Amino acid sequence: MNIEPKPVSAPKLARVGRWLVSGPPLAYLLMFFAIPSLIMVLASLRTPGEFGGLAPLVEDGKLDLNFDSYARFFSESIYAEIFVKSVWYALATTLLCLALAYPLAALITRSPRRYRDLLLLLVILPFWSNFLIRVYAWMIILGPNAALARTVNAVFAWFGHTEPVPLLFSSFAVLVCLVYVHLPFMVLPLYANLEKHDPALLEAAQDLGANAWQRFWRITFPLSLPGVYAGAALVFIPALGIFAIPDILGGPENSLIGNVIKQQFLETRDWPFGSVLSIVLTVAALLLAGLAAWVARHNLGTPSSVREARA
Amino acid sequence: MALLDIQNVTRRFGDFTAVDNVSIGIDAGEFFTLLGPSGCGKTTLLRMIAGFDIPDAGRIVLNGEDLAGRPPERRPMRMVFQSYALFPHMTVEGNVAFPLQMTKTPAAEIGAKVAAALEDVRLQGFAKRYPHELSGGQRQRVALGRALVTHPTVLLLDEPLAALDAKLREEMQIELINLQKEVGITFVYVTHDQTEALTLSHRIAVMNKGRVEQVDEPSKIYGFPRTRFVADFIGHCNLFSGQVAASSDGTVTIDVPSLGPVRVATGSKLPPGRPATITLRPEKIQIEASAPADTPDNHYHGKVADLLYMGDVTVYRVATPGGMQIEALLANSQSGRAKFFEVGDAVEMSWSVDAGHFIEE
Repeated sequence: MNIEPKPVSAPKLARVGRWLVSGPPLAYLLMFFAIPSLIMVLASLRTPGEFGGLAPLVEDGKLDLNFDSYARFFSESIYAEIFVKSVWYALATTLLCLALAYPLAALITRSPRRYRDLLLLLVILPFWSNFLIRVYAWMIILGPNAALARTVNAVFAWFGHTEPVPLLFSSFAVLVCLVYVHLPFMVLPLYANLEKHDPALLEAAQDLGANAWQRFWRITFPLSLPGVYAGAALVFIPALGIFAIPDILGGPENSLIGNVIKQQFLETRDWPFGSVLSIVLTVAALLLAGLAAWVARHNLGTPSSVREARA
Repeated sequence: MALLDIQNVTRRFGDFTAVDNVSIGIDAGEFFTLLGPSGCGKTTLLRMIAGFDIPDAGRIVLNGEDLAGRPPERRPMRMVFQSYALFPHMTVEGNVAFPLQMTKTPAAEIGAKVAAALEDVRLQGFAKRYPHELSGGQRQRVALGRALVTHPTVLLLDEPLAALDAKLREEMQIELINLQKEVGITFVYVTHDQTEALTLSHRIAVMNKGRVEQVDEPSKIYGFPRTRFVADFIGHCNLFSGQVAASSDGTVTIDVPSLGPVRVATGSKLPPGRPATITLRPEKIQIEASAPADTPDNHYHGKVADLLYMGDVTVYRVATPGGMQIEALLANSQSGRAKFFEVGDAVEMSWSVDAGHFIEE
C-alpha cells in the first residue's frame, strides 16, 4: 500500500512559485552586482584612454588586455601605504565602536521593557537625516570658532601650549565622525545578541562564586561573540571604503583608499587603475573578514554550542 | 541548634505578601523540602536563602552567622536551577571546573576534583561534551556535579526534576536520595509535586499563601495533616466537616450533613457543637459487595458513581444516599479479576475509628 503523502500542490506550480519568490532578488543581484563586478574586472585589465576613460578594447585587430595597472599598484609603495592606513582607520573605528556600543547595548538590554523601544529608537534616530548633512554638522561642531575647539584650546593654553590646535581637517575629526556614523551598526547586532541571553546563566555564575567582572568575562562576553563579530563586520567593511568623511573633515594627509578610488574615476579619469584599487579593496575586505571568521572558530573558542544556543 | 535558621522571614512585592513571617530550622545533613502549590512563596524563600532576594523582615542565619549583606557569590551554598543554567559555551568539564576556578583552586587540583564530581554524578566519559549534546537527565547531573564540586554547606534545588519525563524523574529521585546520603550535604529542595516530596525528604514544610502550614516527616504529613489545606494538598483525601455531636473516652462523633455521624479517635476532648473536620484517606476504607459480618465503627452504603482504573489500583467514587461522594481505593491484587466493581454497583463501605484523622478548627 502506498502511504507516501501526496504533495499539497502540483510540483510544477510549486517550482513556478519558488522562482517567483527568489527570481527578482536573484535578477537584481545579477544585474547590479555580478555584472558590474565583471565589468570592473574587465576594466582593470584594459588600457586607460588618452583623455581618460578606457582605450578601445580591440586595436589594430588585437585584444588590448594587460596587467599594467596591477603592476603599477604593486610597484608604487604610496598606494600600499594608503591601504595600510585605511585598514588602521577602519580597525580603530571598529574597536572604538565596540568599546562604546557594548555598554550601550547592555544598558538597553537591562532597561525596563517599556523604555527599551524608545532607547532603540534613539539609536537609529540619526538614520532619519541625510548622511552628508550629519557629516557637515560635524564641520560646525569641530570648527575653530565652535565652543568645543575653544574649550580644548583654552585647556591646552592652561598647560602652557598656546599654539591653537585645529580640531577640524585632522585625523581626529575623521575618526570621531567614522565612529559616530558607524555606531548604530555595532549597537544593533550586539543588542540583538545580548537581549537573548538567559538571565539564569548569570545567576548561576554568581551562585557559583563569580563576581561581576568574572560574570562578564566568562559568561556574557563569550556568549556575545557572535554579535561582536556581526557588528565588527558591519562597521569594518564600510569604514574601509569610506571617502566622504575624509573628504569633508580630513586634511590632505587623511586621504584614505576610498578617496584615491574616487579620485581615479572622477578626477584623474584613470578607470583601469581605479578598478584595480576597487578590486584590491574588495579582496582585502573579504580576506580580513575570512581571517576574522577563522580566528573566531579556532582561537577564541566559540564552539558550535554557542552558535546553536544563539541561533 | 539548626544549621540553617530561617527566622520570621517576610517578603512583599507591592501589596502581595509572597513570604509571610516564616520560621523554619533546617538541620545539618537533612533533606528538607519546601512543598506547596505555585505562588505559595517556596521559590521566593529559596531565592532569599541563596541571596538573590532580600527579606523585608526577619533573618536567615547559617551556622550562627546572619547572612544579611552577603551576596550570593559569597554564601557557602549552591543552587541547582530548574532550567539547569549550564553554560552553553563550556564543556561538561568546563562547567564543573567553573566554581573551582572562581575560588582560585590551584590548577593541579582542579582536574582531580572535576573527575571526582563527575564520578559522583555518574558522568565519567562525558567531560568533553557540550551541554547541547546531552540528554535532559545528563544535563541535570552536570548541574548537580557543578553545584557539589566545591562541597557547599547547603545545596538548594529549585524544582530540579520538573523538566524530566515521569520515568526519568523516578530514576533521578533515587539517585538524588543516594547522592545526598553519599555526600552528606544538607539539601533544601523546592517542589510542587507532593509525591516527590514524600519520596525524597526527611522533613517537609508545606507552604500555602506565603505561610508554613506544617513542618513534619513525610509519614506525619500524610497520616496526620494538621490543617485542611495539608490534608487536601497531599495525596487524595475525603474531608468530612460537621459539628461535634458527642465525645467519650478518646472517641468523638461528628455529625456530618448529607452523610451522618462519623466516629474518629482523638486525644483531645471537645464540647458538643464545635465545628470539626475529619480527613480519611481513600485506601483506609474497606469496600465490599455485602455488609461486613461484625459491626464496624463506621458503616455506610452507596453506589459506585465513577471509577478510575489505574492498573495497580482502582479508585472508586461512591455516592451515598445523602448525596455525598466518598473516594475509596482498592488494590487490584486479586488474580483473575481486573476490577471488583462496576459503575452502578451497590457497595458497602466501612472504616475503623483509627482510620480517620481529626482536625480541630
